[in-house]
Amino acid sequence: MIKLTLPLKKDVAKTLRAGDSVLISGVILTARDCAHKRLVELIKNKQPLPFDIPSSVIYYAGPCPAKPGKVSGSCGPTTSARMETFAPALLDSGLNAIIGKGEMNNDVRKALIRNSSVYFAAIGGAGALYSECIKKSECIAFPDLLSEAVYRLEVQNFPAVVAYDAFGGTIYRNSVDIG
Amino acid sequence: MRKIDTRIIEEKIYDMALRAGTKLTPSCRAALEKAKNAETCRAAKFALETLIENAETAARESLPVCQDTGMAVVILEIGQDVFLEGKPLIAAGNEGVRRAYKDGYFRKSVCDPVTRANTGDNTPAAVHTEICEGEDIKITFMPKGFGSENMSGLYMLKPAQGVDGIIEAIVNTVKNAGSRPCPPVCVGVGIGGSFDTCAYLAKKALTRDVGTFNPRGDIADIERIALDKINALDIGCQGFGGATTALSVNCEWLPTHIAGLPVAVNIQCHCIRCEKETI
Repeated sequence: MIKLTLPLKKDVAKTLRAGDSVLISGVILTARDCAHKRLVELIKNKQPLPFDIPSSVIYYAGPCPAKPGKVSGSCGPTTSARMETFAPALLDSGLNAIIGKGEMNNDVRKALIRNSSVYFAAIGGAGALYSECIKKSECIAFPDLLSEAVYRLEVQNFPAVVAYDAFGGTIYRNSVDIG
Repeated sequence: MRKIDTRIIEEKIYDMALRAGTKLTPSCRAALEKAKNAETCRAAKFALETLIENAETAARESLPVCQDTGMAVVILEIGQDVFLEGKPLIAAGNEGVRRAYKDGYFRKSVCDPVTRANTGDNTPAAVHTEICEGEDIKITFMPKGFGSENMSGLYMLKPAQGVDGIIEAIVNTVKNAGSRPCPPVCVGVGIGGSFDTCAYLAKKALTRDVGTFNPRGDIADIERIALDKINALDIGCQGFGGATTALSVNCEWLPTHIAGLPVAVNIQCHCIRCEKETI
């Protein structure tokens, strides 16, 4: 297990290879379909964003509400492929890394190579376990979107696997290495 | 004739929804354990171990197993000698779902298809009713996540494509889905019927336990052959490769039109949650 602290320094990102198991600590921001649509509209209209893209890590996820006394509800990854139209532009704007589940297209993989960035796969369906890695949770944008809002999560030892590395490597058997 | 107040159905659905969200079915849990023990691919084994640990955490803490607590699928098989009293049946079902998703701190995942505005309470549920013999009501409650639902398909095959075509449709749907629906999956298949009843059969097939086979021999053969072919795809748990891409292929069938061969393939992720009760 490789222990990582976010945001990833480029020289650290370059040491990671597809298939590496990692434990992530630091700050991640949840965003899924609706939040991405709004972010892209804000960028298009040159309006201020609710967070700085450079140094941020986006986690494709929408948590359950927290039970009383708990920091977060279950919070596993959602299918990343739905966000692949948004990811390259965000990576090119300096987005540090992305976390989700499942394959993404070659446009995203090329953007990862271009920006020496990494795509981590969290284990889909392990929402209860991930909620226990969340030490702090705060809604920082689009609260009207409920579970689809942007939550700032402080995570500790969040288990994931390097799915696409900065050199075009892939863990997915369905896809081949590019780069 | 037996009178049943729909309030009783609402309470049952409420209890079943609360239970379903926080635990895997015993047959799913056993199949994951078996897959983990058999797995030789390192990353897939790690993912399977994580999923089993997750199921234990969810049960211990009464947390949703997966944050996608799904659209609520409710199947009501109502004996024709039952007389329903009280609130309209569908409204009672939705009320049970609404209360359970609030009290269980489950995610509200239902929205308007065009504006995408969330309905705020996870309703409406997909409530199906069937009228059958007797004076009981059999209730099946299954929260259905959409990462897997999105990877489903319905195919209007030509009759000439026959059994080979059916198997190809099932295997290709899983192959094209790849890592996206959270494999290892359970595959619900409807064979025959019409466009609409075929899709419903596929959904209903998913409520059958993992590892069971259709009582009709030639349909069970389709299940076995498709499962073997799927597990030879090497997609594996989470798409990381390995021996188990599907836990089960469950087929249900209906007679169809002489001109057609509908096949519906409904994908369910490894997080199978399903409760059954009879009133």
